[in-house]
Amino acid sequence: MSSGLARKKARAAWWFLTPALVLLALFFVLPVAAGLLLSLTDFDIYAVGDPSVARFVGLKNYAHLLSDGTFWRAVGNTLQFVLIGGPLSLAVSLAAALLLNEKAVRLRGLLRTVYFAPVVTTLVSVAIVWRYLYHPRYGLLNFLLGQIGVDPIDWLGDPNWAMPAIILLAVWKNFGYNMLILLAGLQVIPRELYEAASIDGAGPWRRFRHITLPGLAPTFLFVSVTTMIGYFQVFAEPYVMTQGGPLGATRSLVLFMYEEGFRWWRMGMASAVAVLLLVITLIGTLIQLRLDRREA
Amino acid sequence: MIRANDWRGLCVAVIGSLLLGIGACADGERESITIRFWVMGREGEMVQELTREFEAQNPGIRVDVQQIPWSAAHEKLLTAYVGRATPDLTQLGNTWVPEFAALRALAPLDALVDESPQIDPNDHFPGIWDTNVLDGELFGLPWYVDTRVLFYRTDLLRGAGYESMPTHWSGWRDALRAVTDRGGPGRYGILLPINEWPQPVIFGLQVGSSLLADRDTRGVFSQPAFRESFRFYLDLFRDGLAPPVANNEVANLYQEFERGTFAMYISGPWNLGEFRRRLPAELQQEWSTAPLPAPDGQEGPGLSLAGGSSLVVFRSSEHQQAAWRLIEFLSQPEQQVRFFELTGDLPAHRSAWNDPVLANDPQARAFAQQLERVVPTPKIPEWEQVANRVWEAAEQAIHGANDVDKVLAELDQDVDRMLAKRRWLMQQREEETP
Repeated sequence: MSSGLARKKARAAWWFLTPALVLLALFFVLPVAAGLLLSLTDFDIYAVGDPSVARFVGLKNYAHLLSDGTFWRAVGNTLQFVLIGGPLSLAVSLAAALLLNEKAVRLRGLLRTVYFAPVVTTLVSVAIVWRYLYHPRYGLLNFLLGQIGVDPIDWLGDPNWAMPAIILLAVWKNFGYNMLILLAGLQVIPRELYEAASIDGAGPWRRFRHITLPGLAPTFLFVSVTTMIGYFQVFAEPYVMTQGGPLGATRSLVLFMYEEGFRWWRMGMASAVAVLLLVITLIGTLIQLRLDRREA
Repeated sequence: MIRANDWRGLCVAVIGSLLLGIGACADGERESITIRFWVMGREGEMVQELTREFEAQNPGIRVDVQQIPWSAAHEKLLTAYVGRATPDLTQLGNTWVPEFAALRALAPLDALVDESPQIDPNDHFPGIWDTNVLDGELFGLPWYVDTRVLFYRTDLLRGAGYESMPTHWSGWRDALRAVTDRGGPGRYGILLPINEWPQPVIFGLQVGSSLLADRDTRGVFSQPAFRESFRFYLDLFRDGLAPPVANNEVANLYQEFERGTFAMYISGPWNLGEFRRRLPAELQQEWSTAPLPAPDGQEGPGLSLAGGSSLVVFRSSEHQQAAWRLIEFLSQPEQQVRFFELTGDLPAHRSAWNDPVLANDPQARAFAQQLERVVPTPKIPEWEQVANRVWEAAEQAIHGANDVDKVLAELDQDVDRMLAKRRWLMQQREEETP
């Protein structure tokens, strides 16, 4: 192949890419750049009325956020959600996927649908049902706990219990999605490997440890990274269930950003939160990739 | 959600407008105009009874009422403003008027009021009217009013030796102590939820603190006036007269009131209806309302908040005259009384209060007295933020995390930071107009 032809082909490829690149530039690069710029200004409610009163403030928004207790509380809440909710969600997804991959289990098709149903149900209607489940006096959860002699818990009203309650809801709502992907990952592991291992005398645990886990590793990495990124952006669950309360115990970073932006209309500050969230998520992803490389 | 009724209404509207269109084409008849009117919460449903009558009286004007839930109202109004999709007129909580006036979104109403044969500013409660005036210009007309008064158990107060509610702070505190002592453990004189700003702010306003100073660009919470009221507020908790709980920790307010967990509660007109509905019949004779007590040595009643909703016209509206006609209509005393009957919202016009429906309502009477003694909170867009910070400071002090002076100094610091932009804007404005 001559180099002229290659160049021609490359040019053609660029032409084919153009529509996608234009869209990407228009709807991704530009807004991100605008957000970055906005985060360096004090764009606020006054500037909404008259943009000329927005001032360039350099890194002041960032300095303020880093010294603001509410911001760190939101970071803490988000980390709690990611570090507890993420692994929990992965564990439940994996368990469900293993269960559905087991030939001995009956009604697998039905179970698959049932487990996936919460993913496609709208959160707002789910939240109404869960608010009843969590109700301190009439809720099913406290009723069941009462049966085994546990005092009622004010799930959404007690600052110590609100976050666990939100995590429980989020895990229940989302595990079906990862379950499906992990199930697909499980099904591409060749059956022969298991048969060979059985012949060599490997029990179920060793088959799981030495065939299933390594075979699932790439899928698992993908799932854990997307889950973590998704969990860092938790917003809807606390927004519809608790509005960030009680006492800010469930105010996540994105909810904090939303409040700054659309409750107080401090757009500059909200943009700075968005940029910091991006940085935090990036660090999280890098750590995860690094850990995985070490394992492999 | 679309209900059968709406569908029917929609069909009528569509067919009607088609016919109208044909009519207009056929003989060039005068077209009718449609004004868009946003109304929040349940009022949005109820007001349609009134607008229907308005349409009958004004054949050229159709009113398109859009109902907006309170929880989304502020956001929706602001995004509508940014997206240039504001209606012709809207109901606006009067603490939001400064914000939309600062955005230059609202049309000034002074000239319209001057010309209007119907609207008499003197028929309004001065404190409430004042919430709509910014830099000498009027931007909203009060529609219904709201303030805070004392709701209390007459039987518990009588049991403690009081035939009526004391009118001043010291007497009131004695009464609270007597009720608390008589109630025994787990019972309190009053419920003041610690995650609400109105109570500490009201006490501050009562002693004459302006809360903010220098054209509302700096906090003066650490100065003697507010500090005195703040100590009075905190002592109610320290002396065990009020439980240090947030409103979400009170599972059922009405049940606790019925049980006598607390004998008094500071609240607004919406609870007139709720107390009547939710308290059992045998308790209906045992509760009443009273205007707030005043600091000792002051003439009573003590000041309270000038709340409520105003009607505003958007500057961008092309039908400002028609919108104003609707405002005039909704301000007529008989419409105000009807609206009260439909919603329980208290009328903004003094003349409407003479109607027997209100004049003969003993539990509403405290509101009539209180409304003569109301003042606005600082009229700035940042007020809600400041107010939220006030209860956070109060909560810290109640939990005893910090010493009072330190809490108030920090409050002032934070408030000054929130108002930094406003300070700069005011400076700019002063430099422009020396």
